[in-house]
Amino acid sequence: MSQTYDRGPVEDFGRWREFSAGMWAWIFHKFTGWVLVGYLFTHIAVLSTATAGGTVYTETIRGLESLLVVRILEVGLLAVAVFHILNGVRLLFVDLGVGLESQDRSFYASLVLTGAIVVASVPTFLAGAF
Amino acid sequence: MAEYYSSFERGNWRWLLQRLTAVFLIGVLAFHFMLLHFVNHAAEITFMGTQARMSQVGYFATMVLFLVTATFHGVNGVYNALINQGLTGTRKAAVKWILVIAGAALIVQGIRVAVAMTNLL
Repeated sequence: MSQTYDRGPVEDFGRWREFSAGMWAWIFHKFTGWVLVGYLFTHIAVLSTATAGGTVYTETIRGLESLLVVRILEVGLLAVAVFHILNGVRLLFVDLGVGLESQDRSFYASLVLTGAIVVASVPTFLAGAF
Repeated sequence: MAEYYSSFERGNWRWLLQRLTAVFLIGVLAFHFMLLHFVNHAAEITFMGTQARMSQVGYFATMVLFLVTATFHGVNGVYNALINQGLTGTRKAAVKWILVIAGAALIVQGIRVAVAMTNLL
């Protein structure tokens, strides 16, 4: 038998000092979700240069990738995407009835694993940027 | 105490689709990052390389499905987040249709771009 859970007014960000791990996970999942959907629209807009021809497409991507700020933003995008994926897996397991008791620890694991993957990816993402 | 916790609501097809698209996106988003940042570096992307990948029917179909599922998952996620914030009534209906139109426009433009990237047609 399943039961819905009243998480309380987590939208009241003014009481963030009282937030538990699960509430931070909820906020981070929402934040990363907003960033990813915003990026999706931006990504298609940039890729739309392909409709203007191959040269315009290649030059646009080359131009953007030559900017250090874009490379740094890409690392940020990776961090956001990896956290959203790992926390999403955590949420899917909880919805399947697995791991609710350790949902705080799985949130911390998501954060640590995200950090490790992002740090390990920095050399690849910044290669040739300087 | 419930035997287990679930956010499932019976008859809620958006709830189910959000999770089914999540499962698909976990794999495809990770694949997308791996292929276009680690196997091929983003700074070395060219139209010729993109065209070679997109002209493979399986890759093209995967990317179009990626576009459709990511758009649904994202737009439906925004809708859910706004409902969580207390969106109701006429505003809810207006937001719903704005998101439907924005999502449909993104899919149409994304497919136009995907076709422009191929030599299939």
